[in-house]
Amino acid sequence: MKYLIDPMDLSVEEIDELIDIANDIIKDRTRYQDVCRHKILATLFFEPSTRTRLSFESAMLSLGGNVLGFSSASNTSASKGESVSDTISVVSSYCDIIAMRHPKEGAPLVATRRSKVPLINAGDGGHNHPTQTLTDLLTISREKGRLDNLTVGFCGDLKFGRTVHSLTKAMSRYKNIKFVFIAPPELKIPEYLKHDLLDAKNLDYKEVETIEEVIEDLDILYMTRVQKERFFNEQDYIRLKDTYILDLKKLEKSKSDLIVMHPLPRVNEITTEVDDDPRAKYFDQVQNGRFMRMALILKMLGLENEVER
Amino acid sequence: MKIDSIKNGIVLDHIRAGKSLEVYKALGLDKLDCSVAIIKNVKSNKMGKKDILKIDEEFTLDLDVLGYLDPNITVCIIKNGELVEKKQLQLPKKIVNVERCKNPRCITSTEQGLDHVFYLANEEKRIYRCLYCETKVEKK
Repeated sequence: MKYLIDPMDLSVEEIDELIDIANDIIKDRTRYQDVCRHKILATLFFEPSTRTRLSFESAMLSLGGNVLGFSSASNTSASKGESVSDTISVVSSYCDIIAMRHPKEGAPLVATRRSKVPLINAGDGGHNHPTQTLTDLLTISREKGRLDNLTVGFCGDLKFGRTVHSLTKAMSRYKNIKFVFIAPPELKIPEYLKHDLLDAKNLDYKEVETIEEVIEDLDILYMTRVQKERFFNEQDYIRLKDTYILDLKKLEKSKSDLIVMHPLPRVNEITTEVDDDPRAKYFDQVQNGRFMRMALILKMLGLENEVER
Repeated sequence: MKIDSIKNGIVLDHIRAGKSLEVYKALGLDKLDCSVAIIKNVKSNKMGKKDILKIDEEFTLDLDVLGYLDPNITVCIIKNGELVEKKQLQLPKKIVNVERCKNPRCITSTEQGLDHVFYLANEEKRIYRCLYCETKVEKK
């Protein structure tokens, strides 16, 4: 595995292997603490994303490796007009693996043409964010003990929410998954996902406008933020941002083993009273993100068998 | 109306009526020095009306561009005044620098020298998507 651009680049078997490695890391981290000694991860963040960058850096440091990079394009040659291809040609000479985030969709794919080292897409605009998807799959697998036979509700900004699109595609490969899309008409799941994926594969899905009407059926409720940066028009953002807020009252009728997920950061779409509820798993997701990124770095550097599992 | 037959060249038949100029431009026929006839609204049993292009010179035709524009166009190769080959077109798997990605968030909008590549995402519905951002081509 040289590059990871789209979560669908990975086969179900490869995802299973990454989940196995991540679970093994969680079992005993100390065995992995020196596996990447003398290896360098470059975190190239052309747009700021503190938590994803810190997660990658924490993952590499936990493996005994080193990190270098930048956290916004403003101090780099990109601000002088350097192309992505040229930046990658230069930086890939300084490191063993790259994690790259860029505001332009498809930038990491362009980068792979020049990169001399493995490269991970850490988010490209509203397009792909594969390590978030892998993190979500790890969380579901750990919490539910399976990735099939589940009813998954997605709520909030389903139009621009790339985590929702990616996870929908990834979950569509497992058996007997029922999808429930909860969104206002303005932020519904894109037509292409419905036609090219859900209808084409004859998958079970429905679209509704309130959490209350479906909460008791769900095994997973995946909440999302209405993201300000995805709107060209601020008035549209202000009008829609408070549409769906999850509180304990809305969770009253849920299954006791429902899990509530969120890619974070949240604004106000989940009230803080939900945080201490055992169904809330969004902070576990963050933790899993670090372990999944450790697993991915190991796999992409070909070091996954350095520790006996 | 009478238009001379060509001796060595290409006839593009069964172009949808009114689309011949689009094909002319897309194939870069304006850059040719030879005679090119654009014949519009010809009566057709199959299509009702159709357009025809006659190019009086042998040249390498970009069949991918043509297949993308309309896979139902028939390409007739003429040598010494005789029809020697009829080519049926197919929807190309990918097209390069035929369309431009309209998504302002796509890397093609800023990266210098990057080809605009679209791949065939749905053959039945003839949907092409940008290789980089997966935005659908909005056909004119």
